[in-house]
Amino acid sequence: MLSVAEPTFVQDIMNQLIPLIPFLPLIGFAINGLFGSRLSKTAVGVIGSGALLVSFLLSVMAFNQVAASGAIQVNLYQFFSVGNLSANFGFLVDQLSVWMMLIVTGVGFLIHVYSIGYMHDDDGFWKFFAYLNLFIFSMLLLIMGDNLLMLFFGWEGVGLCSYLLIGFWYTNTEYGKAARKAFIMNRIGDLGLLLGMFMIFQNFGSLTYSEIFAVLPNIRLEAGVVTLICILLFVGAMGKSAQLPLYTWLPDAMAGPTPVSALIHAATMVTAGVYLVARFNPLYNLSPDAMHFVAIIGLITCIFAAVIGLRQNDIKKVLAYSTVSQLGLMFVALGMGAYASAMFHVTTHAFFKALLFLAAGSVIHGMGGEQDIRKMGGLRKAMPVTFWVFLIGTMAIAGFPFLSGFFSKDEIFAYTYAHGGKLWWGLAGLGAMFTAIYMCRLLYVTFFGNFRGTHEQEHHLHESPKIMTIPLIILAVLSVAGGFLNTPHFMHLGNDQWLAHWFSAVIPMSEMHLDASTEWTLMTFTTSLALVIIAVSYFIYGKPSNLPVADEAQTGLTRVIANKFYVDEIYDFLFVRPVEKLSKLFHYYVDIQGIDGIVNGVASAVQALGAQVRKLQNGNIEYYLLGMVAGAILLMLTFWA
Amino acid sequence: MSLIFILIPFIASAILLLLRPAGLSRHLALVAALANLAATAYCVCCDYSQGMTCTFSVPWVASAGIHFSLGMDGITLIMLVLTNLLAPLIILTSWDHKFDNEPRYYGLVLMMLAALNGVFLAQDGLVFYIFYELALIPIYFICAIWGGQDRIRVTLKFFIYTFVGSLFMLVALLWVYLQTNVNGAHSFAWADLVAVQLSPAAAHWVLVGFFIAFAVKMPVFPLHTWQPDTYVTSPTTGTMLLSGIMLKMGAYGVIRWMVPLAPEAMHYVDPLFISLAVIGILYASIIAVKQSDIKRLVAYSSIAHVGLIAAGILAWNKTGVQGGIIQMLNHGINVVGLFFVVDLLERRLGTRSLADMGGIAKSAPKFATLFLIIVLGSVAVPLTNGFPGEFLLLNGVWNYNFWLGVLAGLTIIFGAVYMLRAYGLVVFGAPTPATERFEDVNTREFLVLGIIAGLVIVLGFFPQSILGLTEASVDRILSVVQF
Amino acid sequence: MLEIVRTVPIDYYVYLSTILFVIGVFGVLTRRNAIVVLMCVELMLNAVNLLLAAFSTYLSDAQGQIMVFFIMVVAAAEAAVGLGILVSIYRNTKSTDISFLDNLRN
Repeated sequence: MLSVAEPTFVQDIMNQLIPLIPFLPLIGFAINGLFGSRLSKTAVGVIGSGALLVSFLLSVMAFNQVAASGAIQVNLYQFFSVGNLSANFGFLVDQLSVWMMLIVTGVGFLIHVYSIGYMHDDDGFWKFFAYLNLFIFSMLLLIMGDNLLMLFFGWEGVGLCSYLLIGFWYTNTEYGKAARKAFIMNRIGDLGLLLGMFMIFQNFGSLTYSEIFAVLPNIRLEAGVVTLICILLFVGAMGKSAQLPLYTWLPDAMAGPTPVSALIHAATMVTAGVYLVARFNPLYNLSPDAMHFVAIIGLITCIFAAVIGLRQNDIKKVLAYSTVSQLGLMFVALGMGAYASAMFHVTTHAFFKALLFLAAGSVIHGMGGEQDIRKMGGLRKAMPVTFWVFLIGTMAIAGFPFLSGFFSKDEIFAYTYAHGGKLWWGLAGLGAMFTAIYMCRLLYVTFFGNFRGTHEQEHHLHESPKIMTIPLIILAVLSVAGGFLNTPHFMHLGNDQWLAHWFSAVIPMSEMHLDASTEWTLMTFTTSLALVIIAVSYFIYGKPSNLPVADEAQTGLTRVIANKFYVDEIYDFLFVRPVEKLSKLFHYYVDIQGIDGIVNGVASAVQALGAQVRKLQNGNIEYYLLGMVAGAILLMLTFWA
Repeated sequence: MSLIFILIPFIASAILLLLRPAGLSRHLALVAALANLAATAYCVCCDYSQGMTCTFSVPWVASAGIHFSLGMDGITLIMLVLTNLLAPLIILTSWDHKFDNEPRYYGLVLMMLAALNGVFLAQDGLVFYIFYELALIPIYFICAIWGGQDRIRVTLKFFIYTFVGSLFMLVALLWVYLQTNVNGAHSFAWADLVAVQLSPAAAHWVLVGFFIAFAVKMPVFPLHTWQPDTYVTSPTTGTMLLSGIMLKMGAYGVIRWMVPLAPEAMHYVDPLFISLAVIGILYASIIAVKQSDIKRLVAYSSIAHVGLIAAGILAWNKTGVQGGIIQMLNHGINVVGLFFVVDLLERRLGTRSLADMGGIAKSAPKFATLFLIIVLGSVAVPLTNGFPGEFLLLNGVWNYNFWLGVLAGLTIIFGAVYMLRAYGLVVFGAPTPATERFEDVNTREFLVLGIIAGLVIVLGFFPQSILGLTEASVDRILSVVQF
Repeated sequence: MLEIVRTVPIDYYVYLSTILFVIGVFGVLTRRNAIVVLMCVELMLNAVNLLLAAFSTYLSDAQGQIMVFFIMVVAAAEAAVGLGILVSIYRNTKSTDISFLDNLRN
């Protein structure tokens, strides 16, 4: 499965360079973190982005190397070893991880460059870059690790960076709470992953991927055990990839600066769950139950989040729910066994969602921090570049023909139809339909119509500087062209299903039993639906009378949706408040009055007994004498017998 | 060699207590502690694969089979590293405090150090017991003389609580001692005590006796109620000594004395003990969630962390015990760091109430960063020192029982909840008039926190450097003692 | 001399010393004047002395009479100390009534 070739000379050099890929951002973090406050902003930006650029170039080299001679495995040192339980600090660069490395470093680099412009006026500029670099380091550990423990390092590390970056503007208490929520929600998932790791070690005797998959065909496992392992791993993915029921942190995570939302909460970190499941595809293939579970959770999340997205008025919140929904779609693909398609969608989603977030950031930047789309409108004239790239992003996600999202979503639908049947296909299509609707709504309300903000905002309104727009343009190009990485075989566009073939060493090509005509029909249907929605929604949301109303004016179902189905409130009621109540209960009643009461009670009982006994010692000699005589007589009587 | 760990601090302590060199006391204390640290560093390089080394034994009451015998293996070594690494740091944390009668204060600290080293080195049951009790005396006076409000009542409770607990251990120890037979005489030597075959019923009571003593010391639910009050009332040095080092006497005692002496009945009592430890983890974590006093919060978090150590060790498999040992060291480092942070906050703001804090990141960025690193270590984020131990401990408990492992695993969630809540309330948010003037750390404080933060990261990246030292010793003790 | 003593049967000595001892005990228990109590203690001691002397003679064993001398010495010392304490108590309390002497209580 994961073949490790004999090292050649070139490979040897590459092996030396591989550890630099994650450690360069770490060095960037160290320099910016320790000395950043004394460096100029340009220097900080160059160090932060430069580290990533070099990482990206090294990743490209690694990609070539993998293409030429297969997977590369590098061990740095033994992290720990206790009995059989041992793990190395080692890297595995294979087709799957090198692809993720390219996305992370490539998109990450663009976002770093964008951030130089976006964060330019912020006091915490150097801190921001330090955190971003730390995030990239953690993310690279996650995908490059050659064992589950390394993955777990990165897994928690990205959670930590997410915490730091969501709470970046720490003086706002709400942001701090959002950061904490993200970290804790992730930790719930992490517990599942941790237990999954324990079970894997118990059953396979190793945490290293190559050893696990080498052992897999040779051992007989109970179906229940495999299912349990898969579900526990998936619980980890639920937390990190914001699936129901652990998704609520992601919309709140929009408290962070927008580049963070683009990098962490759209392009890279949240796809870690998809990567995990794709990595363990041989295991999931053994458990249809677990795959079914993954698909169901993904589908529910996909539709649920899309519905909420329909009624959000914060530009970033809409994109956040869209991300949750798209991630759900990826899990549907995974559950259908279309691992490569899910990874394909990860790729295209990284392009267009990063683009959308950064474009939204550009809007927010131009609007002077305003995020409510009801106060925008007509921005296409003031911000033409932003408008065009946002348009491209919207079309890509909505499935406009031949843009990247069109290919990747279509592939998922085809697999859903082939493996799940008409109902699954229909429901997934419903989710996609909602996606198209809310994205078009976002686009039209923001960029069309008349400006609705304040006078100062209108005066302030400007296109973003080049350092921000150039990354946008590059991402827009990728969003347009990204789909051609993996064109469907029936279209005969040449180099069919290139990406799926690329992954085939790690993810076996899955069979799809559909004839070309069915595929054409499905594609035509979804595409025409998307086009209809794009057109119709222009006439709906383009009109001033159909603008979103104020929160208070909403009624009925709309209000419920606008309030996100009150999920946060329900969690608050079910989990947060009971624990807080329990905390007080335990502290005051059980601990202080109960247990400590018993302890102090024993002490008081001894004291009380002493107080009673000491009354016998009343100091009167007569009593003492009487007692003495009585005792003597008693002794005599005792020994009489 | 092993004797000097006791002699250096003891002699220095005697000089401080008898001669009272007023101006130099803290310097002398620091020098003595550093000398011990140097000796520990030397011992790190010894070979521990062959069992006890650096042994020292003289007959004490030979007719009763009592020898003053000391010795070291990997496990002892880690405990010595813990004690002697933290001691200079603890002394440095109180450097700026003005104490009444400073020589006496540092004399007691050093006496404590001598006793703690003695506990970890003792190879004779009675010597262990004597040092175990001896450690209680200086800490009692430190808390009772230099403590805060209500110190007399609280320290008396602490003293009686732990002392009564130890008496159960004494009875159990004597019982095993009376069963020994070395050429017709009794013996307190570790090997002789271990060699005794007890009946299951007797072993059962011996285990209970030892467990009560160690459970009070660690503390394990429900014998923990002395702890929060004592931590809060003690001067910070005392709290650090208690939480960083002294409570590890209990966990160490479980590994070295309790289980080896009476493994015959572990089957019966172990489920109860582990369950108590796991209940303690959850119980203390939940209480910590809503604490308003940061020192009390750290105290409860300590109960939770130590509960996990206890559970892992009691699971008595290799991952559990190894995890327990490495976590004892790392928890010591982290908790000393946390209490130092609490001390800094209290000294500068005059309050420990979380409600009165916030926005310190703005006025004291260095402090906020170092605090964050220590918090992360405490939350057991990977690549900080808290992680390897917690991972191994959870794996150990999980190997023992699936559901106990899951319940204990909830600690990683609750740990994040209460630590990040505290961190957020202290550091994030808008500055208040009081926190706006919060001074950042001075050079000495930076040095102490920096060393701790550095250890958090270095030990997080290279846990094998610690695990490798103890591996042979743990294998040995696990192979000798099976149940 | 021995015969003279032996004309009285040993039982009578036992009865007499028992009666004396019991009188002493009752006196100690019931009287409240400290001087009388001390006298009763002396009475008890002497009852024992009588018994010791009597048995010593009957059994022709000198040990009993050695004990008698010991007891007399101790009794003398005790009387001296006891009366000394009593005098100092009287100076303080103007009373020799022992039922008021409960200073030991505190």
